[in-house]
Amino acid sequence: MLKRVHFGPSVLPFLLVGPQILITLIFFIWPASQALYQSVLIEDAFGLSSEFVWFDNFIELFEDVGYWESVGRTFFFSSLVAALSMSAALILAAMADRIIKVVLAYQTLLIWPYAVAPVVAGALWMFLFDPTLGIVAYTLDMFGYDWNHKLNGNEAMTLVVFAASWKMVSYNFLFFVAGMQSIPKSLIEAAAIDGAGPLRRFTSIIFPLLSPTTFFLLVMNVVYAFFDTFGIVHAVTKGGPARATEILVYKVYNDGFIGLDLGGSAAQSVILMMIVIALTVVQFRYVEKKVAY
Amino acid sequence: MAEIHLNKVCKSYGDVDVLFGIDWTIFDGEFVVIVGPSGCGKSTLLRTIAGLEKITQGEISIGNRVVNDLEPAERDIAMVFQNYALYPHMSVYDNMAYGLKIRGLEKDEIERRVNHAADTLEIRDYLDRSPRQLSGGQRQRVAMGRAIVREPSVFLFDEPLSNLDAKLRVQMRLEIKNLQQRLGITSVYVTHDQVEAMTLGHRLMVLNGGYVEQLGTPIELYEKPATEFVAGFIGSPSMNLLKAKISGDGTKAEFSDHNSLYLASALPSQANRQVTIGLRPEHLMVNKTSQANMSIKVNAVEHLGADTLAHGEFEGCDEIVTLRLHGIVMINQGDILPLEIDPDKVHIFDTETGKRLE
Amino acid sequence: MVENRPYVTFMAHAVLIFGVIIVALPIWVTFVAATHDELRMTQIPLPLLPGGHFFENLNEVLFEGVGSRGSPVGMMLLNSLIMALLIAVGKISISLLSAFAIVYFRFPFRMGFFWLIFITLMLPVEVRILPTFAVVADLGLLDSYMGLSLPLIASATATFLFRQVFLGVPDELLEAARIDGAGPMRFFWDILLPITRTNIAALFVILFIYGWNQYLWPLLITTDQSMYTVVMAIKQLLEAAEETPQWHLIMMTTLLAMAPPIAVVVGMQKLFVKGLTETEK
Repeated sequence: MLKRVHFGPSVLPFLLVGPQILITLIFFIWPASQALYQSVLIEDAFGLSSEFVWFDNFIELFEDVGYWESVGRTFFFSSLVAALSMSAALILAAMADRIIKVVLAYQTLLIWPYAVAPVVAGALWMFLFDPTLGIVAYTLDMFGYDWNHKLNGNEAMTLVVFAASWKMVSYNFLFFVAGMQSIPKSLIEAAAIDGAGPLRRFTSIIFPLLSPTTFFLLVMNVVYAFFDTFGIVHAVTKGGPARATEILVYKVYNDGFIGLDLGGSAAQSVILMMIVIALTVVQFRYVEKKVAY
Repeated sequence: MAEIHLNKVCKSYGDVDVLFGIDWTIFDGEFVVIVGPSGCGKSTLLRTIAGLEKITQGEISIGNRVVNDLEPAERDIAMVFQNYALYPHMSVYDNMAYGLKIRGLEKDEIERRVNHAADTLEIRDYLDRSPRQLSGGQRQRVAMGRAIVREPSVFLFDEPLSNLDAKLRVQMRLEIKNLQQRLGITSVYVTHDQVEAMTLGHRLMVLNGGYVEQLGTPIELYEKPATEFVAGFIGSPSMNLLKAKISGDGTKAEFSDHNSLYLASALPSQANRQVTIGLRPEHLMVNKTSQANMSIKVNAVEHLGADTLAHGEFEGCDEIVTLRLHGIVMINQGDILPLEIDPDKVHIFDTETGKRLE
Repeated sequence: MVENRPYVTFMAHAVLIFGVIIVALPIWVTFVAATHDELRMTQIPLPLLPGGHFFENLNEVLFEGVGSRGSPVGMMLLNSLIMALLIAVGKISISLLSAFAIVYFRFPFRMGFFWLIFITLMLPVEVRILPTFAVVADLGLLDSYMGLSLPLIASATATFLFRQVFLGVPDELLEAARIDGAGPMRFFWDILLPITRTNIAALFVILFIYGWNQYLWPLLITTDQSMYTVVMAIKQLLEAAEETPQWHLIMMTTLLAMAPPIAVVVGMQKLFVKGLTETEK
């Protein structure tokens, strides 16, 4: 990954990497090591004394039913978000791929949600579903369904899944369209000459050839659902009602900043870090086919 | 104006050696060509002269100045790259002027030099364009223009024509030759194309695997190839190389099928040794009289118009040879052609060392 | 399209239009809400067509803010803009420099630095919030633009992207530049930056959105109302809405919070798509 032709040793390269290394050390490496350190300490509520407790924080965490519920909830939430946003995007992309001339027009209309901050997305959907005023809640009420995500945990989960998936549709759509457009047209034409209709072509040619894109998007959607949805949960449900939407990244924040359980929160951070590392490894396994070091 | 001295130039990348002690003196105003197959080290050698690669051992001097530790910009050279290496975001004018600006030349002087070079190369009309808008041949001219404006004492060319189509290549070849003659600047030109090498160079260096196979004028290389490698490399179609053994008295080369060939001068010192006999396709004559030494059975015939190529095998063994016959000659597959071979045109190489035997 | 089947094409349009409606609905409803007055926004059912109070609401929100304690949204927009620009420009600058060093120089610990940068991929701000907060607090950067942007500036993604782009630049350009007498920094400014400018612009679009949409971090480190960003203010407005639902103003603020990034995405669609697909692949 070094150029065949390069500059010789001098102070200059150190000055060039300096700023980034400095910021990385101060704001990434040091805090992360602090999180590791704190995860093996118990600190009293006033921060006056702390005690080294080995893996007690982790053991306590693993013995906590609430934590495991949050883990399960996070996986459930992530699967729903990935499934919903990816299938919606795939259908839209498949349709857009058919009408290539106007694909840009539809693309323009479909990419907006990417630009919307998670917390703002939460606000939009919350407003739609507001139990007293929301337009969707009102419509549901006309059909005799009494929507109230502030009281009903399942409804709260549905709402955050909607908001989270909505935001991700744009991203998935763009990648699916790009993936489909990179499939050689001659393949599709050959299949058509072989007598395969549009649906058949999609299931037997296009979808299998899209599998690298699909896999990549799956990883990205899971990463997104795990870490980037904090704003949605925070704005819409605050993890409630009765922890029904308390996913891991919200729990870290809540236990640390609100509950002031520093050791427990740090232990959770460490576990989250390991999840990120695992996902990054998976992602790089995929990417390394294209990226040669 | 400058002489270039290469003194035991060695280059290695880590454990891999690419150049093994190259010695050469390139005279002032001379046009020399370094030729060889890909991977032979010819580009590396050129790049060490340019200063783009540091040599591991030896000494390079340009115009009596040792340049080993000088930056490329300080060596008073200019280089034309294979893919032209034009700065894509600059206009043709800026491409040519960039190096002069860095050297801090006056604006007027830069303009004078660029315009002069543009006139020489007939690219005056393109000065405002960006390289993207130019054809391959035009880009090539710009690349040369960038070299000319520097008014260097040495030109370095790294396969400058290999990205052009065949016709343009012939045309640009002539232009480069004329330009060099007119400017009289010492030039080193690297190519893998032996025709380019033969037509352009006053002298050639044939490089193979990091070693110099032969140094010489095009005619020397053609008439007296120093090694089997040079023999096979120079000339098209390439020389027929046949396995043979020198007879006990050293007067004949004997082939495996008991055919034999008298040598122009006896080689008693090589008696009973394995040799390689080189016969140029154009030196094999069809002779239907009794003087014929040998005969071949024709496998395939190619009519090129000016010449006719016949491929066939010696009767009784499977060595394939190629004949180049002048003009259109009607030959059929399966014909038996008796051949006459002029002993003076026979090249003999030691099979073991590949060296020429005389 | 391979064969001409009007029915299938019609279906495709129908599905896409349905998709666009679903995608646009929340945004449309927000826009509509921002064009009515307070009274209309308390009557069920809420309107689906725009009213005539857009500029009135805009004016109130921008210069006075929402509710009695709210600060003017205009100022928050400015804070958001400054933060987004600092993050985008900062990330691009340090990544360009470090990628340049890693690709074009041989120097001790080169790979060590590379891996150090690589590790940051694995440390999203969400998982290290507490200790990072502590660092920023110790440095006295709470309630400052530096505190808002610096911890988010180191980015492995951008470094990787530029590394990839630089590796694709033909070696001969550097050689030609060296023969022309250009040193490393001169080559960087005169050659490398200009020829990678579309990559830089594409990345800028993505990073601007990333910066603008930051939520958790500003929420933690700003306590001074004059440092609030518009995205984080949404949350406070939603909480206030429980007591005094001024939906017309809340939705106007929401509209303002998403308008700039949407404008960037739609206006620079080509660069945006390029940036997105390049940074992730």
